[in-house]
Amino acid sequence: METILSIENLNKRFGPIHAVNNVSIEILKGNVYGILGPNGSGKSTTLGIVLNVVNKTSGDYHWFGGTMQTHEALKKVGAIIERPNFYPYMTARENLELVCKIKSISYSKVHEKLKLVGLLDRENSKFKTFSLGMKQRLAIASALLNDPEILILDEPTNGLDPQGIHQIRDIIKLIASQGTTILLASHLLDEVEKVCSHVLILRKGEVLYSGSVDAMTSNEGFFELQSDDHHQLMTQLSTNEAIDKMSEENGKVYAYLKKPLESKELNRFLFEKGIVLNHLVKRKHSLEEQFLELTNKPKSKK
Amino acid sequence: MKRLLAIELQKIWKNKASRVLTIAYFVLLSTIALITSIKFNIGLFSINPAEMGIFNFPFIWHFTTYIAVWYKMFLAIIIVSMMANEYSYGTLKQNLIDGMSKKEFIISKFLTVVLFALVSTVFIFIMTLLLGYSFSSYTELSIVFTDLEYLIAYFVDLVGFFSFCLFLGILIKRSAFALGFLLVWFFIEGALNGLLRFIILKNSELTDKIIAFFPLESISNLIVEPYSRLSIIKTIGTQIGVTELKDYSVHWYGILIVLAWTFIFMLLSYKLLQKRDL
Repeated sequence: METILSIENLNKRFGPIHAVNNVSIEILKGNVYGILGPNGSGKSTTLGIVLNVVNKTSGDYHWFGGTMQTHEALKKVGAIIERPNFYPYMTARENLELVCKIKSISYSKVHEKLKLVGLLDRENSKFKTFSLGMKQRLAIASALLNDPEILILDEPTNGLDPQGIHQIRDIIKLIASQGTTILLASHLLDEVEKVCSHVLILRKGEVLYSGSVDAMTSNEGFFELQSDDHHQLMTQLSTNEAIDKMSEENGKVYAYLKKPLESKELNRFLFEKGIVLNHLVKRKHSLEEQFLELTNKPKSKK
Repeated sequence: MKRLLAIELQKIWKNKASRVLTIAYFVLLSTIALITSIKFNIGLFSINPAEMGIFNFPFIWHFTTYIAVWYKMFLAIIIVSMMANEYSYGTLKQNLIDGMSKKEFIISKFLTVVLFALVSTVFIFIMTLLLGYSFSSYTELSIVFTDLEYLIAYFVDLVGFFSFCLFLGILIKRSAFALGFLLVWFFIEGALNGLLRFIILKNSELTDKIIAFFPLESISNLIVEPYSRLSIIKTIGTQIGVTELKDYSVHWYGILIVLAWTFIFMLLSYKLLQKRDL
């Protein structure tokens, strides 16, 4: 598959703070990537570096296989960072026309993109009269003007009301469904879970996880069990080779899997051993639990 | 080049404040012509500048450019704010993300500055021709087109000064503070001048040579004041015993110094932009 952006061992230091620590990622055409991380984990800095507004300390990145200069490559990229930046005294249309001039493209898409984000009726209003949601939608229209190869969104729903969040998500889903590569930075997990196929988790500038969302949420399924005699239940469970570890909490036994095991198989296994269950639920970690577990782990030793 | 100018002119022209100031600037430039109707009354004398030879070719080139140069302060406000606004609106970041290179960004600002200077120069050229032909005692072509170097000096003066403003806009990022700093810088040069002249060197000839390299001083040295060149004032001068002949001409090395500053300011602006994280 075609590589859009490759980042190799990127580092950024702000004085004593190591904001981005050895980050590597390969962005392939057609996928939807999420960058997850708590506030201050280096998401925006990483994006800032590849977008030519923050200087890297070391490492490298290449757009489209390194065949063109960064600023030329950025003409084929659509990006929104944190808050929408436009000239307040220009109208929505004038602002988009200015972006067209910068990207050296014709004005022909302005109308279409304003329509896409639902701002056509306000195209002649000055930017400063817009609500935050409208400003963010204008930013999306602006990022889409050149029908970009990749759309980069940094916290696109930050500070929006539920309705605004919903509108932005719908637009993102629509764009994703058209096959545009998307890189979405967010600290909102359900946002990433809903739209992304791949995820990169950052904490304090370090990559904790990089891979597909499915692989991350499914690798550790677990059972929630209850019986009359917990001691015997756990003894028997330990003889099953699919069980990795167990714990007892709140009157329930949690059995974590290292291999796939269906509920009915476990039920049959325990019944044959003479144990009758009161309660049996198979669960998977949600991305949120997975994320919290990853980000709360003590920092890996070096 | 056309693209970069178009981008910048849209940014300026769509801004009401900049638009009003630009128009006001050119309206005020044309008021120089009104001097023709001014009559000074000093005691019993009545002085009419138009009759004093101010509007005679080729002296008029010196006179109008010298007056017009003061109006650059209007444009300085626009230039400083067009730079500082990019920071406060966050649009500098957005422009770069949209695919403008840092070099292009600086070049687009510089081209605009050159355009402003060029339009002003053409404006002054036409206005001076009109004024001269209306009031000058001599209208032979060879006389009319002597001393045109004042126009070159005027153009270089504006470009140099505006480059300084651009640099301050980038350095300080806030228009009000940048304009304040411009004023502070003016006083710093004055203080250094005094310090060198009266305390450190105690040699005004050497001091003159040194301060000629200061940015604002070098810019203001391009066109020296023309008043003492008027015949009436010369006459008074000789009567009270001042016979020193002042050099009123435009010097190539003066122009060179200002061009060097222009280059330095633009280079520093670019380096600053490159180095900074946005």
